[in-house]
Amino acid sequence: MDELLPPLLNGTALGALLLLAALGLTLTFGQMGVINMAHGEFIMAGAFVAYVTQQVIPSSDLSIPLALPLAFVVAGFLGLLLEVTIIQWMYRRPLDTLLATVGVALILQQAALQIFPAQGVPVEKPSWLDGQIDVLGYEWPLRQVFTIVLAAACVAALAAWLKYSSFGRRIRATVQNRDLAETSGVATRSVDRITFFVGSGLAGVAGVAASLIGGTNSQMGVQYIIPAFLVVVAGGIGQIAGTVIAALAVGIAMTFFAYWTSGSLAQVLAFVLVVIFLQIRPQGLFTVRTRGLA
Amino acid sequence: MLEIVDIDAGYGGTKVLHGVSIPGSANIVAVLGHNGAGKTTLLRATIGLIRPTRGTVRFDGEDVTHLAPNRRVQRGMAYVAQGQQSFEQLTTLENLQLVADGRRNGRAKIAEMLERFPALAEFATRKAGLLSGGQRQQLAIARALITEPKLLILDEPTEGIQPTIVAEIEQTIIGLAEGGLSVLLVEQHIGFALEAAEHYVVLASGRVAQEGTGGTAAMGSVRAAMAI
Repeated sequence: MDELLPPLLNGTALGALLLLAALGLTLTFGQMGVINMAHGEFIMAGAFVAYVTQQVIPSSDLSIPLALPLAFVVAGFLGLLLEVTIIQWMYRRPLDTLLATVGVALILQQAALQIFPAQGVPVEKPSWLDGQIDVLGYEWPLRQVFTIVLAAACVAALAAWLKYSSFGRRIRATVQNRDLAETSGVATRSVDRITFFVGSGLAGVAGVAASLIGGTNSQMGVQYIIPAFLVVVAGGIGQIAGTVIAALAVGIAMTFFAYWTSGSLAQVLAFVLVVIFLQIRPQGLFTVRTRGLA
Repeated sequence: MLEIVDIDAGYGGTKVLHGVSIPGSANIVAVLGHNGAGKTTLLRATIGLIRPTRGTVRFDGEDVTHLAPNRRVQRGMAYVAQGQQSFEQLTTLENLQLVADGRRNGRAKIAEMLERFPALAEFATRKAGLLSGGQRQQLAIARALITEPKLLILDEPTEGIQPTIVAEIEQTIIGLAEGGLSVLLVEQHIGFALEAAEHYVVLASGRVAQEGTGGTAAMGSVRAAMAI
């Protein structure tokens, strides 16, 4: 038990970070079907917002809580800009969207390189994240606990927004039947834009959490984008509960594999497992059931 | 209320409607014709789901030809599509809330619909995808009525529905028309359509093959036109 606990707790924290990275994709990819390869760079943008906020407000105790909503807004506007300028013309052309957003990702990486040092910049964690809590004798870093709490808060807020708000209803209606939504009085183009804003904004929040763990650099988005897509697909496209379970499973599996092998091999093994799982269950963990599918 | 003037419309490069007009003088108009005659295309062009390549759609004195469907709904048009369409993953109540959201009397309108269609009240928390065809059609009509339309566009509202509910739906439509609501109706059940309509149009290959005043007296000539 003593040996299993640290990888379990560390893996849960890694899973929470993956979940934060993937959560926005459950909206933009899962709900809207857009393969946005620049989502990783929105995570990077969020991380740089944390850094810049810290330059303006040196106290990290204040700057990090402030950076969270700021990163949401900045990444959200980047997403909105992407939707309005490029994606709206490509909604039924997934290959074109994929290629165009890879291009946007490269442009954003280069822009980050022009503005910030190539080796990256550090983000100082707030003093209230110094220290550990004792879990059955294991000193669990508070920084990891924060990632889990932040991920849980974002999941709860997103799920409640989709389920109970009038805007959530409009998103779900537009996703299910765009023509019917339009003829029910829903302005579906506004729904597209706001959905993209929120999905991209969540990537910004993920970026702040990621910056506290590994700092920031122009390439950091690349390491999150593929795992995030895999987590969303394995969870069942558009299903938040599935994304949560898949992210935690991948995070915990990767950490255990890392304990037994090495970091890079652990990533390979974890994603081989996801690919095998998708061969057996291509629809992912959760599927939508209707009378037609029952 | 609704006037359609000489419209051409279709899908991609395929033209389906050729110079179709509907006079603005009649409040209840039935559109008849065989499968593939262009009836659904005409309704989709009327609500704005496809843009006519020529001609005008005028509603309540305003040219709405280039307005998005949601804008037309705001102006008082409502559309009940063919095939008992609903948002299957939303509950019955959520389907109604979706159209009631933001309306001053939204809650009262939902209550009114649940009273008018008791089956919807019974299954208010059930996902719409799990309702029967007849119940989903009632839900579709209820969604349309919550918007307090001036014009109700109905595409084969009784198609594929069990006879007991067909009679209920027909009574609802007649009651609404008598209450002053304008109706544009596509219906395979010619007897009902002609009985309800003030004016009828028979489409054949996307063109108006015949038109005239409604009433069952027109049955013979309509059947003859549809046999073309």
